[in-house]
This record gives sequence, C-alpha cells and structure tokens, in this order.
Amino acid sequence: MTRHVVATVDQIPPGQRLLVTLAGREIGIFNIAGEYFAVGNRCPHNGASLCKGRVVGLVEASEPGSYQFSRRGEFVRCPWHGWEFDLRTGKSRCEPDRTKVRSYDLKVEPGGALTDDTLRAETFSVSVEQQYVVVEI
Amino acid sequence: MTGNAASADRVSRYAGAIDCDLHPAVPGMNVLLPYLDDYWREMITVRALDRLNLSLTSYPQNAPLSCRPDWTLGEANKPGSSLRAMQDHVLDRYQARYGILNCLYGAQVFHSEDMAAAFCRATNDWIRDEWLNRDPRLRASIVIPAHNTELAVAEVERRADDFRFVQIMMLVSGELTLGRRQHWPIYRLAERLGLPIGVHAGSAYRYAPTPVGWPSHFVEDYIAQSAAFENQLQSMIAEGVFAKFPDLKVVAIESGLTWLSGFIWRADKTWKGVRAEVPWVTRAPSEIVRDHVRFTVQPIDAADEREAIARLVDHVKSDSLFLFSTDYPHWQFDGDSALPQDLPADLFRKILSENALATYPRLAKANQTMEIAL
Amino acid sequence: MTMMDVERSQSAKYRLQVIDCDIHPAMTSWKEIHPYLEKRWIDHLAVYGSHLRHAFSEALSHPRMSPDAARVDAYPEEGGPPGSSLDLLRKQHLDPNGVEIGMLIPLRWNPGSQRNLDLGVALTRAMNTWQVERWIRQEPRLRASVLVAQEDTEGAVAEIDARGGDPNFTQILLLPRTDEPLGRRRYWPIFEAAVRNNLPITIHVGGTGGHPSTAGGWSSYYMEEHHMVAQAMQAVLASLVFEGVFERFPTLRIVIMEGGLGWIPSFTARMDKHWNRLRSEVPQVKRPPSEYVREQVWFTTQPMEEPGSSAALIDLFDRIGWDRLLFATDYPHWDFDDPRTAFKANLTEAQRHQLLYGNARTFYGFDQ
Repeated sequence: MTRHVVATVDQIPPGQRLLVTLAGREIGIFNIAGEYFAVGNRCPHNGASLCKGRVVGLVEASEPGSYQFSRRGEFVRCPWHGWEFDLRTGKSRCEPDRTKVRSYDLKVEPGGALTDDTLRAETFSVSVEQQYVVVEI
Repeated sequence: MTGNAASADRVSRYAGAIDCDLHPAVPGMNVLLPYLDDYWREMITVRALDRLNLSLTSYPQNAPLSCRPDWTLGEANKPGSSLRAMQDHVLDRYQARYGILNCLYGAQVFHSEDMAAAFCRATNDWIRDEWLNRDPRLRASIVIPAHNTELAVAEVERRADDFRFVQIMMLVSGELTLGRRQHWPIYRLAERLGLPIGVHAGSAYRYAPTPVGWPSHFVEDYIAQSAAFENQLQSMIAEGVFAKFPDLKVVAIESGLTWLSGFIWRADKTWKGVRAEVPWVTRAPSEIVRDHVRFTVQPIDAADEREAIARLVDHVKSDSLFLFSTDYPHWQFDGDSALPQDLPADLFRKILSENALATYPRLAKANQTMEIAL
Repeated sequence: MTMMDVERSQSAKYRLQVIDCDIHPAMTSWKEIHPYLEKRWIDHLAVYGSHLRHAFSEALSHPRMSPDAARVDAYPEEGGPPGSSLDLLRKQHLDPNGVEIGMLIPLRWNPGSQRNLDLGVALTRAMNTWQVERWIRQEPRLRASVLVAQEDTEGAVAEIDARGGDPNFTQILLLPRTDEPLGRRRYWPIFEAAVRNNLPITIHVGGTGGHPSTAGGWSSYYMEEHHMVAQAMQAVLASLVFEGVFERFPTLRIVIMEGGLGWIPSFTARMDKHWNRLRSEVPQVKRPPSEYVREQVWFTTQPMEEPGSSAALIDLFDRIGWDRLLFATDYPHWDFDDPRTAFKANLTEAQRHQLLYGNARTFYGFDQ
C-alpha cells in the first residue's frame, strides 16, 4: 500500500472532480459537499471516463409514481450509457454485486502529518499548513 | 395421424396435459340472447345485431391460420363451436387433465363500453353453461371490457366465486398500453383472487397494428403480434405493474415465444441506462419476466422447435416459463406435434402440466369446490 | 466473457481499423443551412418552424435520459451541440478509434417526416449539400447519405437522381416511421431510383409517422419508446417482404440501422412460419421471407446486444450471418458502441476485423 498526495483540498471544490493517474491507474477524485471520494475512472461496461459523467443523486421509489430523492450528488452517471455508480462504494446501482468500479481509501490530512516514508506527492511539494487529499492504493 | 378418436388402450404422450389455450367459438349471437337483459335483447332485434358477423379481424374465420384443416366442422359451423369436436380433437385424444378456454369473440372490442360489458357478461355466462358445466376438465378465462376499468372489475367480481374461471383475458392490443395505471384496479383484483392476466394475441384495432402504419396483409398483422407482446411486457415492467402487484402473474398466450431472448437482452440493457426514469423497476426486466410472466407454447416461431425451446431455456435461465397449449382450432402444428418429440423428460413434464399448476392457483381449487358442490 | 478478457482485447496491440456506418453530424445553428435554402424556406422556418405529427414542433415528446440523446463527454468546448464540431469528431472519435471511413447520418429537423412536403424536400436538398460542404470537403474520411422526403415520392426520386452520380454519397437514408409501411407501392419509385443509382437504402431509427408507437397505444416512458424501435424495424422488414419489394427489386440492398440484432433470427423464423401457412394471401412472395432477408438486408451492430454470454452472442451472429453485420458507433449518441469493447464475445481477430471493417468495405464497394 502506498499513500499518494493528489491535491490540496481547495483544488477540488465541492461538486467538482479531479482525474489523477497513480501507479498507472486513472482515478477520479470527487468532492461531494466537502466530502472526498476516489474511484477508478474507467467504466467497467465499455470503458468511458467516469470523471466526465454527471454527478447525480439517488432516485428510489416506494411504489410506482412515487419518486424519493436522496444522497444528492453521491452517484456518478457514466457519460455514455448512463450506468450509475455509488461514489461511496463503487458499486453500480443496477448490478451492485456484479458491476463495480474500484473505490479507494481516501483521507484529508494536514501537511504536517504527512511524514510517512511511503508517502508520495507526485506533482507538488507538500507544505505543513495546507490540507491535502491523500489516496491509498 | 389422421384419426381423431382416442383409442382406449393408447396412452397419449400428452396424457395429463393442461392445455392453456383452447378457443371455443360463439356460434352466433342467438346463443347469448338468454343471458342479455330486455334492453339488449330488444336492441339486438331493432338493430339486427344478430346479423353482424363478429369474427375478429385478427382471426378471419376462413384464413388457414384460424382453423387446422382436419379440425373444421363443415361449412355451416364455426371451427371451435362444438364441445364434442374439441373433446375428440384435443381433450380426449391427448387425455388432457384440464383445458383453459379463451373465447375470442367480438364482445370485448365494441367501442361502446356498455355494449361490450353486456356482451362480455353474456359470453362468460354462456361459456359457463355450455362448456364448463358440460366437461369437468374445462376451465375458462374471464372476458372483460378492458376499456372500462369499472365495468371490467364488476365482471371479474361476478365470476370470483366460480373457481372454474382461472384467468382474466385481455387482448394484447387494446386502447391503452397494458401497464397504464388506469388498468390497475383490474390487476389489484386479479392478484387478490389468484387470477393471472392472460394476454392473448389479437387487437381491438384502435390503432395501426404497427408503429409504421397499416400493413396491406393479414399475414403482416399476424406477424406483428409478437411485437405487440414485447411492447406490452415492456409497458407493464416500466409502469411498475409487478412492483405494485408482487403476486400478479401474466400469461402471454399465442405470442410466438422465441422473441423472448431478444426481448430480455434489449430490455435489460436499456434498463441499466434509464433506470432513474422508472426507479420502481429495481430488478432487471429478465428477472421480472422470470418471476411474473408465463408463455403458452403454440406457436413456436422456429424451424427447429426442439432447438428453439432449448435455446430459450438457456437464455431465460428457467424451465418454468412455458405452458403447454394446442391453440385449438388454430392451425399451428400438424398431427400430434404440439410439442417437439425429443424434449428432455423433466422439461416436457414441466411444460405439459407442472408449470401451469404453478401459474393458475385456481386450477386445482376448482375441483375441490365442485366436489363440495356435488 | 470476463472483464479480464475485455481488458485484454482493449490493450491488444492490433491496430484498430474501422468503418463506422453511423455518425450523427449536427449544426451549431440552423443558419448553417441557410446558404443552401431558398429565401422562401428560410422565412417559412423563421415563422412556422418544423411541423410534425407529434406534440412538440422541435422537441421529442419522450425526452431522452441524456440531453441531445448524446454522450455527456461529446460537447465541444467551443459550444454547439454534440456532433457539431469536426475538430472534436476527429480528436474524440475518428483518430483514436481508427475510423478510416465514417458515414454521416443527419437526423435533426426530421426532413423526411415534415408534413409540409415542399418544406421536407427543400430541407433534404439543403442538408445534402450541407453534408458535402460542411463536412466532406474538410474531412475526406467522411461520406454522406442522401436524405429524402419519402412522403413526396417525386421529390425524393429527383433528389436521389441528383445525388446519384456524386461519389460523396454512399446510400439513401430513410426513416422507418413513415405514413404507411415502407413496402407499400407509393414508395416503390424510391426503390427504383435506388437500384437505378446503385445506392443501398439505409433505414435508421426515427421519423414521426403519427401512428402510436405500439399497436396498443402510446408508451409512457422513454424506456418503452427506446425498446420499440426494434419492433418498428420488424414491421418495415415484414412490409418490404410481403409487399413483394425484394421480389420486384432483386438487386435492392437494405441496411437496417440501429434497430438491434437480438430479434432478427426469431423474427425471420416467424415470417417464414406464417408465410408457409398464409402464402395464398401473398402470392407475390415466392420464397421464404428469411431468404430475401439473408440476401438483401444488412444490419448495423449498434446498439450491440449484451446477452451476458460470449456463446450466446456468437450464436446470434451465426444465425444472422457474419457477413450481414456492419459496425456502427452512433457517435455522438449516448448508446455509443466503442469498437474496442462493444463485442463482449471471444472473437477471433479475423472475425473482429470482418465486423469492424471488412463487411462495410465490401458492402459499400470501398474495395473497388
């Protein structure tokens, strides 16, 4: 397991996403109302870039015609065929057990805490004062 | 192959069959007169309704498909109008356990909802008296005026206590797609009473039989029936009929069958992309079909029927979906080849009767009520 | 096929070589066709707009689940709808996907379904010229389709004859949702013109003929409307067969575009079975319908079926006929098929090449 510093928190404002490549893997970092998630970028269906999809809420129904909307912005809808993926788990909405994208552990940490040997900041140097998005893969 | 009488010492390979699609013909409106009230009886005279030929456009009386040549009853009699002939041709010959009557008569397609309701009621009464009461193997579908939900519900309620009515029949093409919520009181009642909705090929011709307009030929209308079934299944799934009524069963009758593979592939794929439009559809359409929809086997649209059924079972991952039917007296097969010869024994048995018993909860119950009544 | 296989096929080092039979070009603005329209029609459009057999003059009454029915990643940075930027088309599709030849299928304005036939004819003429001037002149990999206003047979035939000698045009484009089923005699002059000009007729999903989308009425949801395009194609095929079009025009070639594939074997079997039973009604049909289809009809592959089993997909291709399948992406639409991942089956390299490239090359005569 290696921890990667991928961005400062203010580089990914709420509702935005950032595509990074870590150890050859494309990973999308999503900021949902101040909470950060990291999932594989490649749609397991046909390979579209999930980072280019729209972020949507969860639509459920207790019965036909009754639309319950929750978890605003916590799913990404594939830009091509519209498959929905839960950003918290990487599971697809329609086939949660069969079709999923890899989701990665992600932490927000202050620069001062980032002294670990295994840590890699690939694109910038880390300053003690800043808050950083750290992905573990 | 040509003899019709079942010989006593011969055990049919179909012995114990449940024939889920038999068509009794109303010989003429005169037989319905006793079941109509004074108003309609007078109207029949005044408007000479009894001179109308109410053969459905979907089944031209003399078209080769509408009657198998060795099942005709002579010039004067409509095919399917004789119980005796039905017994000879199918029930006795195949040593059937039960046969389900689906009466395709004009009653349900009149534009007037009141006229449709009156004639549906009369048709059901006549079926009870002239068929069900005369052969204990027979069961029937309730004919309803589907375009008026209230009247349709009333007609179903009228039959609720007679367990020989095992199903509600609707034509595959009526006024509204079958999933539409206007129909739901019918489905609610069907679920409560253990009556599957039997969707039968045929159209009330409210609209062109195809989305590209009116074809020139009967053969095109008939071929388009399988498309109508696909669209109605998609309608019932998308509208959430099976989410709302989890115990409801639908039986596609005379649908052609082999289109089902393409249907589930396309429907499943579409669902994954548009799920948010219909969030009550929480499972793949193929799974919903497996749980809720059954199919009578004649006709089988394939050159090699055995291979076709094996392929279907493989694609739908179930051997519980298919129900034996002869579609009597329609001409779908020759001789005794209502099912291909070399089906695996388990599958043959399931198709022949077990699947039908699981589909129609009232089939077996009817015997009990009748025994009590006797 | 496992996800591993898909990954492997994607990373394989073979060079993609593709003929894409279905690319949808769009206009940044309607003014793009003004240079090719008479003033009378520019004025007419400004005042009355489009006039079709449905509730909205310029929108679909089953709104799609993706705007513009498009891939979300296909919006050009410079603005304009998906499919309007040649630059993005090159960068996002033609170059990375190895598209050597791409067929333009313009759908907007629905010219073939305009109720005002003269407007329909004027639009088709303008949009045909637009395809050449706006696209093919800048990008030689592209080819045009002859749009026609099929309800005005005379106008349609004139347009086919006008474009027939122009090598930029590789086919005639019709939409299935016609006033009457396409096989009916009023449309035969179009088939005659196709044969005369040696152009195949491509029938791409769409059109607004006014008939409900099912025999039992209108569907409520896009989920249904999307499904039924396959059934519309079935009705078109049955009409062409049973009216005797294939019998009358034995060299006519038809492409069914974007209609799906899963229904084809069962449907041709259904036609055969009922032709056998009812052939006395249609003496003009001399042979089993499946034979006409096998000889005179081709199918584009998108949207690819996903039966969940490689064997089922290969069995389907076997039954349709491998040489009848023409690859298409539907770029930039939402149900786009990527040539790397669309076929979830264990294909040999030869099979893959045949589907992606070889069949269309032979069919459209690009090998001559």
